[in-house]
Amino acid sequence: MVTRMMAAFRMPRRLNRSFTVSFMLFAFLAVFGAFMALPLIYAVNNAFKPLNELFLFPPRFFVNNPTMDNFYDLVALMGNSWVPLSRYIVNTLFITIVGTVGHILLSSAAAYPLAKYRFPGSRILFSIVVMSLMFSGHVTAIPNYMVMSWLGWINTHASIIVPSLAFPLGLFLMKQFMEQIPDALLEAAKIDGANEYRIYWTIVMPNVKPAWLTLMILQFPMLWGSDGGNFIYSENLKTLHYALGQITAGGIARAGVGAAVALILMVVPITLFIISQSNVLQTMATSGMKE
Amino acid sequence: MQAETTSKAAVSSLVQPKKQSRLANVWRELKKNKHYYILMSPYMLIFFAFTVVPVIFSIVLSFFYFNMLEFPRFVGWQNYSRLFLNDDVFMIALKNTLLFAVICGPISYLACFLFAWIINELSPKVRAFMTLVFYAPSISGNVFFIWLIIFSGDRYGYLNGFLIKFGFMLEPIQWLTNEKYILPIIMIVQLWLSLGTSFLAFIAGLQTIDKSLIEAGAIDGIRNRWQELWFITLPSMRPQLMFGAVMQITSSFAVADISIALAGFPSVNYAGHTIVTHLMDYGTIRFEMGYASAIATVLFAMMLGANKLTQGLLRKVGE
Repeated sequence: MVTRMMAAFRMPRRLNRSFTVSFMLFAFLAVFGAFMALPLIYAVNNAFKPLNELFLFPPRFFVNNPTMDNFYDLVALMGNSWVPLSRYIVNTLFITIVGTVGHILLSSAAAYPLAKYRFPGSRILFSIVVMSLMFSGHVTAIPNYMVMSWLGWINTHASIIVPSLAFPLGLFLMKQFMEQIPDALLEAAKIDGANEYRIYWTIVMPNVKPAWLTLMILQFPMLWGSDGGNFIYSENLKTLHYALGQITAGGIARAGVGAAVALILMVVPITLFIISQSNVLQTMATSGMKE
Repeated sequence: MQAETTSKAAVSSLVQPKKQSRLANVWRELKKNKHYYILMSPYMLIFFAFTVVPVIFSIVLSFFYFNMLEFPRFVGWQNYSRLFLNDDVFMIALKNTLLFAVICGPISYLACFLFAWIINELSPKVRAFMTLVFYAPSISGNVFFIWLIIFSGDRYGYLNGFLIKFGFMLEPIQWLTNEKYILPIIMIVQLWLSLGTSFLAFIAGLQTIDKSLIEAGAIDGIRNRWQELWFITLPSMRPQLMFGAVMQITSSFAVADISIALAGFPSVNYAGHTIVTHLMDYGTIRFEMGYASAIATVLFAMMLGANKLTQGLLRKVGE
């Protein structure tokens, strides 16, 4: 692996580089790569450590005798609790899937006209979306809470799903990507008699598959890691991330179970990214902002 | 002759309605484009209800006293004067937030670019792997509790154990309850999480740079990689640089979850307090909604100001 990476650095491209410089770059990347990866590797290892290894002094990084005990404990612990673990998982999956699919559908439907046509209001709407990238959701937290309580959405999953459907980043990336679709394709469809909705659904959507996956990779981890915030109070509506918080609050005896839940929370988004990486990069190439 | 007059009449009848009212014109335009409005409406409805209107509402509310029970009472600039003159904790929060913005913002931005630049030189398979390594923390997101174990105050904490074992110190340090260490630790974790969307945007941007530009540059006398970086690479990915800046600035002003997860809420002597946690304090615990809105408005102004300022600077890149 190491020699291959070194070779990759020395591949003669454009301007040549000396061996020393490529070695230094390799070392630099290795050090920071380790900084990024070690906590995650540590988390994976922790999930498989038996209890006596979790509390070894001095603490050990890698697991010696991997077991599945923590996962069995997790199931047993949650099986005894008032709300079973499966309930938290179902809640999280429901929020994540509905939120992600809905976000992709709504923002692509809104992005298509903005990317391809000029009509009254199109420019101002898009610049409002761009401007809203420049502040975080915390700014609107107070009014949002009031809106939720007026709508009666406090303590429902809608309070998490609905606002997430219209996150500005998704629309922005989708619109930038859609601009690449050749106009001739849309014109041809129009001549064949397709209306706008058909064009959107049968021509634009299949052509922006990389952008769907990108929106998914941005939206999914956020909802997957959502803990219900201030909106959800009922235990049976809460999410997996919230359950993790409760388990780890159980103190030192729950360290192993906590590590198991953390692994579950972590693995899903990372797997999704591995699958969709090349598509995501394709979308990001068009992510530029034109001042 | 006859024909001429009729054509004139026809022309005038064509011209007349246009003059008649601009409103009808607008209406016609709207009707022509109605499909586009229908396509956009679900998104825009939610977007306006949960993003645009709340911003305006928040600004308005910041001039009122409102506790969710009584009818709001207009108090003018009182919330702001209290915020800046009478609220010591807010001053700590402001200081911490600015520290995050000034330290984490630029470092994370440069790190995103630097790593993207180095990774871009690798062969495709290694590049994909390294991209994953650097990007993974930002999507495994809420697993920053791992850092709790690393920085745990007893000797089972990974860092403490390591330092004691190798004799750097004799007694464990309470990393997360010692004012001295809280802020730097939050910054480290924030940086760990910050190679996100902009990092991907930079990698993608670097891959799309026109190779012929670089060849042309070599002929025009570009001698080293720094010149190539400044005169070719950076200017041709300026749009991505803009986008990345917006992402990094916004997130570095919004640090809160990490602070709460690591240092607690409130943290010891407010050492990890930020504007956002201050906002949560007043908005979700004390229910002083008017005051919390004033905090939100200040945050909004700071984020927008920092973004505009940075965009102005980035426009000068490679000129």
